[in-house]
Amino acid sequence: MNVLLVLEESDGKIKRASWEALAAAQRLGPAESITAVVIGAQTEALAAEAATKPVGKVVRVEHPLLAQYTADGFSAAIEQLLQNQGATKWVVFPHTYQVRDYAPALASRMGQVLIGDVVAIEDGPTFVRQLMQGRLNGTYRHSGNGPCFVSVQAGAFRPDTSVGGIDSPANAGPAPITTFTPTIDAAQIRTKPGAPFRASAQTVDLGSAQRIVSVGRGIKEAQNLLMVQELATALGAELAASRPICDNGWLPMERQVGSSGQTVAPRLYLAVGISGAIQHLVGMKGSQCIVAINKDPDAPIFEVADYGIVGDLFEVVPALTEALKAAKQ
Amino acid sequence: MKIIVAIKQVPDRDTPVRIAPGANWIEEGDLQWAMNEPDAYALEEALLLKESTGVGEVIVVSAGPERVGSTIREALAKGADRAIHILCDDLNGRDALGMARLLAVAIKPENPDLVLTGLQSEDVGLGQTGVILAELLGLPHATMILHVEKTDAGLKVKRELEEGWFQSIELPTPAVLTVQSGGNKLRYATLMGIKRAKTKELRVVNAAEIDADGAPTVVLEQISAPKKQKSTQILPGSAKEAAVALVERLKTEARVL
Repeated sequence: MNVLLVLEESDGKIKRASWEALAAAQRLGPAESITAVVIGAQTEALAAEAATKPVGKVVRVEHPLLAQYTADGFSAAIEQLLQNQGATKWVVFPHTYQVRDYAPALASRMGQVLIGDVVAIEDGPTFVRQLMQGRLNGTYRHSGNGPCFVSVQAGAFRPDTSVGGIDSPANAGPAPITTFTPTIDAAQIRTKPGAPFRASAQTVDLGSAQRIVSVGRGIKEAQNLLMVQELATALGAELAASRPICDNGWLPMERQVGSSGQTVAPRLYLAVGISGAIQHLVGMKGSQCIVAINKDPDAPIFEVADYGIVGDLFEVVPALTEALKAAKQ
Repeated sequence: MKIIVAIKQVPDRDTPVRIAPGANWIEEGDLQWAMNEPDAYALEEALLLKESTGVGEVIVVSAGPERVGSTIREALAKGADRAIHILCDDLNGRDALGMARLLAVAIKPENPDLVLTGLQSEDVGLGQTGVILAELLGLPHATMILHVEKTDAGLKVKRELEEGWFQSIELPTPAVLTVQSGGNKLRYATLMGIKRAKTKELRVVNAAEIDADGAPTVVLEQISAPKKQKSTQILPGSAKEAAVALVERLKTEARVL
């Protein structure tokens, strides 16, 4: 039961999400069965880093046309590797934007379907992922022959608590490293990606804020933000928001918390009218103390909250501002 | 440009969802339905592209049971020129590939210059339909797109990356793009638009007549309520009582004030 683990890098280092994917891969097979894959034009350092982890071997998938990520290049490279590897039962990825961009196409090319955004692997194995914006869980099973493609949600598998840990190699020394050179023609790469850029200069650093009051769809209208700003002021907190608020232009993008915005871990995170879709939760669930105010007792935000008030935020927020002011006196 | 927009009807985000007997799907009977929000942004981008060039056609495609017709009418009322409804009652029994095969069969004979769809659905949230469609249609693709610009060579698109980063991508047409929410402001249907929608072409294709075979390789076995990750103390009482109790807890128990 061989496992292929596709690692992703950023600035020449393997991303943390990739090690979380390794923790997930360990649920599917022993260390010796795991082949870690690094992809790029120059992968020597990445491979050396991967070889110190509990994996059976490391494969460098190297080609000049893989210097920059493209869906066409990466799909072709991994498809050829899989054909070359012999029987592979599981192909595991971190659920990053990059993986979301090509893994579904790669899987379907092989007649398979990616089980994406997995939050747990249970005996069977079955794979748990969220449905209905996090309000329900779905348990999925792979049927049929061929490799099963799985991508795992950030933060769902902890590298440090996995069986046997992930910080030591499987054997006495580093895992053996081999190189695989795929056949890729420049004409196969149909997209021309530009260099990453940021929209504008950052004027707020949510990452260093001790307290954050964050607001979501429940606020209904832009003018109601004032009420939440007053609460933030009374708390000495920064104001942040979930994606829809920034999409509407009610707050600048730089105040957005979640997978497409900032990842924060303040001492206090107070979520006002935020239901708690997974894309938001991944950006804030590391906060020390989480408070949720929401009218829906079944909102997924309550799954990660330490304290909750189920009620109308238009009543609760002013009451809370008053209570904070009174407590200061 | 001839643009196809694949849209999905999903449960309205404000209606409570309940697990159906058998626990393999949700109770659909009493749900309110809405256009999947990222798909609404895909439609908006398509309409803007057509308006900016003044020529072309926007065709919406949607798969699902009869109720999906109301969401298709909404798209026509917003300005789409015509629609294809793939009538199918077993959408949830199909995996992402089976679903995309249905759409691909309906889209291919249209020979579009561009296929747009939302980056993911708000119900099952697979986020794969657009990418698989590109593979099945043999077209290049880009995902999480916030802005599309027509160039002489094809398209220049703005792609969202993680943590506040973006990137431009150039690609030739025809192409498939998955659209991220928030790139534009969504329009409302006008009264005139709603009236006009009634006369626009809505072609219904029966999924059973589409030769899109292939057994699912991934099966949704069961749905369940998520397990709580933390034990939440719910503070009871009136808004004022709860607020006072919360401040007290934050001070003395959590010690974060």
